[in-house]
Amino acid sequence: MRESIKDKVAIVGAGCTKFGERWDAGIDDMIKEAATEACEDVGVEIKDIQAIWVGTFRGSQQSGGVAPTGLVVSSALQTQYIPVTRVENACGSGQEAMRGATYGIASKVYDLVMAIGVEKLKDTGFGGLGTMYPGRWEPVYGAFGTGPGRYAMAATAYFAKYGLPPEEGKRILAEISVKSHHYGVHNPKAHLRREITVEDVIKAPIIAWPLGLYDCCGVTDGAAACILCPAEEARKYRDDYVTIKGFGIATSPGWGKEREDYDFTWWDATEAAARQAYAEAGIKNPRKELDMVELHDCFSIAELIASESLFLCEHGKYKQEFTDKRAYYHEGEMPVNISGGLKSFGHPIGASGCREAYEVYKQIQGKAQEPSRQIKDVTLGLTHNQGGHPGRFICGALVLGTP
Amino acid sequence: MIGIVSYGIYIPIYRLSREILNQVWGGIGKGEKAVANADEDSLTMGVEAARDCLKGIEKSSVDALYFASTTPPYKEKQSASIVAAALDLREDIITVDLTDSLRSATIAFKLALDAVKAGSVKKVLVIASDCRIPPPNSAFEPLFGDGAAAFLFGGDGVTAEIERSYYLTSEFIDIWRLEYDKTTRSWEDRFIREEGYIPHLQKAVSSLLKMHNLTSMDFARAAFYAPDGRAHREMARILGLDAKTQVQDPLFDKVGNTGTAFAPMILVGALEEAKPGDRILLANYGDGADAHILRITEGIKKLSRKSVKRNLESKLMLDNYGKYVKFRNLMEFETTPEYEQRTSLSQIWRDRRWVYRFHGHKCQKCGKIQFPMQKFCIYCQAEEAFLEEIPLSDRKGTLVTFSMDERAPVIDPPNVVAAVSLEGGGRFFSQMTDRDVNNIKVGMPMELSFRRIHDALGVHNYFWKCKPSRG
Repeated sequence: MRESIKDKVAIVGAGCTKFGERWDAGIDDMIKEAATEACEDVGVEIKDIQAIWVGTFRGSQQSGGVAPTGLVVSSALQTQYIPVTRVENACGSGQEAMRGATYGIASKVYDLVMAIGVEKLKDTGFGGLGTMYPGRWEPVYGAFGTGPGRYAMAATAYFAKYGLPPEEGKRILAEISVKSHHYGVHNPKAHLRREITVEDVIKAPIIAWPLGLYDCCGVTDGAAACILCPAEEARKYRDDYVTIKGFGIATSPGWGKEREDYDFTWWDATEAAARQAYAEAGIKNPRKELDMVELHDCFSIAELIASESLFLCEHGKYKQEFTDKRAYYHEGEMPVNISGGLKSFGHPIGASGCREAYEVYKQIQGKAQEPSRQIKDVTLGLTHNQGGHPGRFICGALVLGTP
Repeated sequence: MIGIVSYGIYIPIYRLSREILNQVWGGIGKGEKAVANADEDSLTMGVEAARDCLKGIEKSSVDALYFASTTPPYKEKQSASIVAAALDLREDIITVDLTDSLRSATIAFKLALDAVKAGSVKKVLVIASDCRIPPPNSAFEPLFGDGAAAFLFGGDGVTAEIERSYYLTSEFIDIWRLEYDKTTRSWEDRFIREEGYIPHLQKAVSSLLKMHNLTSMDFARAAFYAPDGRAHREMARILGLDAKTQVQDPLFDKVGNTGTAFAPMILVGALEEAKPGDRILLANYGDGADAHILRITEGIKKLSRKSVKRNLESKLMLDNYGKYVKFRNLMEFETTPEYEQRTSLSQIWRDRRWVYRFHGHKCQKCGKIQFPMQKFCIYCQAEEAFLEEIPLSDRKGTLVTFSMDERAPVIDPPNVVAAVSLEGGGRFFSQMTDRDVNNIKVGMPMELSFRRIHDALGVHNYFWKCKPSRG
């Protein structure tokens, strides 16, 4: 690498729609909602934005397999002939949009750009995301693996490797979902806003054994946007801006499940992305140095393993380091997903990467909407966004902090 | 000497208790019948029987494959060619489908023997398999079962010589299916028995015995077709066979009438229990009848197969009729856009070496075995030129991890997604079939099975799955 991205690019505004089953809003409505809030936050108008990167997996899922283009944003916002680039890295698409915007600024070509992530999942007529393979994109290979089906394999493997009887393993996972729901209640923009108990989680219907209903994130509509500028110009817009400290994205070689040395209990791409981001940011001990983490918890087991693979604790030590110490609560030693996370805030696929950045940006500014979940004195936070499934990940790690 | 060199059988793991049918429709049926899994058909069951038959035999020695079934999955498109690929046989062989007659298998026997006799081939694989669908609430429903048998014919290493055969053809119509019939039609059962089954089979057997100067007393066992248990008992009496010692159990109460595969499966049972020097009477019925005298050789000792027992013992009971209805697609079920499936014949063709033959790669640089076949080694990134193609379908494995997905669009949820490490190297990420969902554990022994994984765009998509070892 030629030089680090650290402190070259600033986030000066962010917006996020209410997440949920947005029967009231189409993909264009949500793009406008998030972009408008972000522009108002900076004090600029849409016409001041010089380039946009939009992260979306399938847009509104209505394009019959045809991927949406930048037009999905230009037509919603009526931008006039500026570059709008659609990027896609499955569930990691939002962070890929952040990356495009970040490097757009770092290239010194633009003064003000937007990253926006969006997904409209609830216009399809069915719950869930459907199955990917085989049949839709690959005639035979893939074992009809769904998101839950594939992540659940990691839970089975984790329980087996660390000698946890399924009941005990499920309890550790349940504690994570209880925490996510707790913060969803305290977050007005979150999708799922109801406290749950460990017993609720354990007794819930099975989705993909060993994962039950409350181990899985919902199917959510939403959009989030960030506005970026060169760090040296950030003060033009505001004093409490946030800078990018490090940005890693790692695409795995993809054949992890097929390798005999892969045991499903760690995320290789997550570790690689984290190493890249920590190196740029100069982070040596992430658990000590980071004040908060927004990580990709599409499933409870995803939060557990991501926490280990982001080096927030040793492999196999999650229970001791997080569950038993309640370290992941906002007053704990290592707050994780105080937004409610993908689990409770929601996971509109392409939106999540931008939504996580929105959360860290607001926490650093001390503007978590309800004081009940404001983390004290946040100066450095991590967002983690990943697409794919165990053994076949694309992962991003973005460190944000005070200048 | 020309005859049967090896033999194999396949009985699907699922059984439907006739008690369940009694509950649904009334009736007094006893015992159970074998039911193909939702991902099985005559083609996949035929592959399994043939794999049992070819155990310990060099696959490249097979010169021809005859596939006998009244239920081939395609009306236009050969099944035998797909079976040959799944069995990883040579490409320069002749493949034939023999369909339409319940007697197709024993007709194939004659074609195989004649071909070997003529010297144009050395070894012929004959597979008999059927997955016939009885009309719901019919006399056939408790009766029909699913299964397959396979025989390797040749002139070397014969375990059962075919001493003599007699064939009889007849235009008699008893049961049939028209082009678009899903289920089997039939005329009155007494007419079938009195004018069809009994006179035809009796004539074939008596003509044969007369030709060869034998009586029914000369046979250690008799393996013969019958439409049902009553007709079977009656025929034994007519032929003068001792029910206790001479009649091979037709497994009506465990498997059912398996159509084209029925007499062949009964024969496998007889062969597995036979001793050198034994004579076995084989008789088959449908569009006429045929009868055969088999003489067991010393070679039988080397095979010592116990596949019938193993197949009968490892079973899973279908817990209700609804599941059976779903397996055989007997009702119209709800569809949603989520379930929309696609396929690509061009892609399957490009990937045929691993889709059908289950070939993987062995890296000549790092030695690692990988599946599916790769463009670069997934361990050391060596170029494709260093990747040596190797067969993997006969390897056993152990379960690394799994999940049970209740929401996946499969006929028989949960979809059990599994990672299996293969003995001697290789990892297979796959669906697990023929599983008891209450009894799956990391580390359990697994094997591979060729299955119809889904249908899309009018195409049957075949691929491999893993399944718990059947012992």
